Amino acid sequence: MTPDDDILTVDGLTAGADNAAKVLILGCGAIAREILALKAANGWDHVALTCLPAILHNHPEKIAGAVEDAILKHRSDFDTIFVAYADCGTGGQLQEVCDRYGVEMIAGPHCYSFFEGTEAFAEKAADEFSTFYLTDFLVRQFDAFVWKPLGLDRYPELRDTYFAHYTTLVHQVQVDDPMLTAKAQECAARLGLTYERRFTGYGDLETSLRAVAQG
Amino acid sequence: MSDQEDDIILSELETAELVLQMHDDLYDGLKEEIEEAVNILLERGWEPYQVLTEALVAGMTIVGNDFRDGILFVPEVLLAANAMKGGMFILKPLLVATGAPRMGKMVIGTVKGDIHDIGKNLVSMMMEGAGFEVVDLGINNPVENYLEAAVKEEADIIGMSALLTTTMPYMKVVIDTMIAKGIRDDYIVLVGGAPLNEEFGRAIGADAYCRDAAVAVETAKDFISRKHNQLAAG
Repeated sequence: MTPDDDILTVDGLTAGADNAAKVLILGCGAIAREILALKAANGWDHVALTCLPAILHNHPEKIAGAVEDAILKHRSDFDTIFVAYADCGTGGQLQEVCDRYGVEMIAGPHCYSFFEGTEAFAEKAADEFSTFYLTDFLVRQFDAFVWKPLGLDRYPELRDTYFAHYTTLVHQVQVDDPMLTAKAQECAARLGLTYERRFTGYGDLETSLRAVAQG
Repeated sequence: MSDQEDDIILSELETAELVLQMHDDLYDGLKEEIEEAVNILLERGWEPYQVLTEALVAGMTIVGNDFRDGILFVPEVLLAANAMKGGMFILKPLLVATGAPRMGKMVIGTVKGDIHDIGKNLVSMMMEGAGFEVVDLGINNPVENYLEAAVKEEADIIGMSALLTTTMPYMKVVIDTMIAKGIRDDYIVLVGGAPLNEEFGRAIGADAYCRDAAVAVETAKDFISRKHNQLAAG
C-alpha cells in the first residue's frame, strides 16, 4: 500500500511487522515511497523500513538526534541498520552519529544529490547554485514544505525576498507521472521560476540500498 | 500584536506613546506606519539618531528576542525588517548629515556559490542601525571580492554568510587567503548562517560565529571596543 504523504511528513513510517527482517533501513519519510518501491521491485523481504517524519527536512538541526534515538530504539532487533539519509544539512553531525554506532549512511550532501548521482551533481553544482530543486515527494508536499513554512500563504509579498536570486526550479523526477509534472510546473510558476524537468530515477539511492540489501 | 491599528491616528499620539506604537508596528511589519511615525518624530524635533535607536532599533530588538525565543518566525521577522528598512531609508541621509556616531566599517556578503542572503541582509540592517557603516557585497562572493573591498573601504570587519553546508567551507578559503597574504589580523572576521556553529567558526579561524543579527551587532561592538582599547594601550 502506498503510504500517505501527509502522514509521512508529520509522523514518518513504522516498519510493518516482518519477523524475518534482518536489515533495517532507517530513512527520511520524504523517500519512503521510493524505498518501498525498490524493496518491492527487488524482493528485499528481509529488509524492514522505518522512516522519520519527512518534515525534519526543514529542521536539519534535529535530524542527527532523531536518527540516534531511532538507532538506539531498533538496534537490538536487527543485524544491520542502514541510515537512508545523506548529510541533509546536518553539517557532518549525522555522519558522526553513524560513525559512533558503526552504521552506514548514504554518501553526499542531500537527496537532490543522491537522486541525480552525487558525482554528477557535484560536477554541476557550480553552475546550478541558483537552482531550486524539488523531488517528486516535495512537489506533492510543496505547500507543507515550501509555501507554508516560508509564510507565503500569509505573506505572498515575501516571495521575492526568498526567491529573487533563484532562476530555475528543477523537478527531479523519480517516477514518470504527468499529473505530478503539471503540479511541479505550477510550483515553479508560483515561485516565479523557470521550470525544468529532469528524470533521475532512484539514482544513488538504489545503488546504496542494493549494496545493503545484498550485503 | 495589536488589532486596533485602523483606529489609531499616529500624529495624535503623545511622543512616548508613539514610540511604543512604533515598536508594535515594527513587530507587525507595518512599513507605511513606520515611515509615517519616523517623519512625525523628526517633525517633533527628534534627532535622527534618537529615532533610529529608541524607536527602530529598540523595536527590532524586541523582534529579535522573540525570534530567538521561538515566538516569532522568519516570515514575521522579514516583514518587521522590511518595515524598519522603510524607516532607515528616511533616516540614513539625515544620519550622515547630522554626524551620528560611527562604530566602524564592515564589508559583508554571502560566500561563493551561495545566493541565500536573508540572514546577511538582516545583519547589514541591524549593523547599520547600531551605527556601523556597511558595504554590502551581495551574493556569491569569491575571495577577491572580500579582500579587495576590505582594502578599498578600509574596513574593520569582514562578514561572511552561508546557508548551505556545501558552501560554508569557502569561508576557510577566504581566511586562509588572508593568512597567506599576511593580512588576517588586520580585520575582524565574523561568520554566520544557519548550518554554522561556534566550533566551525573556531575551526576555520574566524574571530567569532554570530548566531543571529543581534549577536552579530553585539560581537562587532565588542571587538571594535577591544581594538580601540588595544590602540589606546599601544
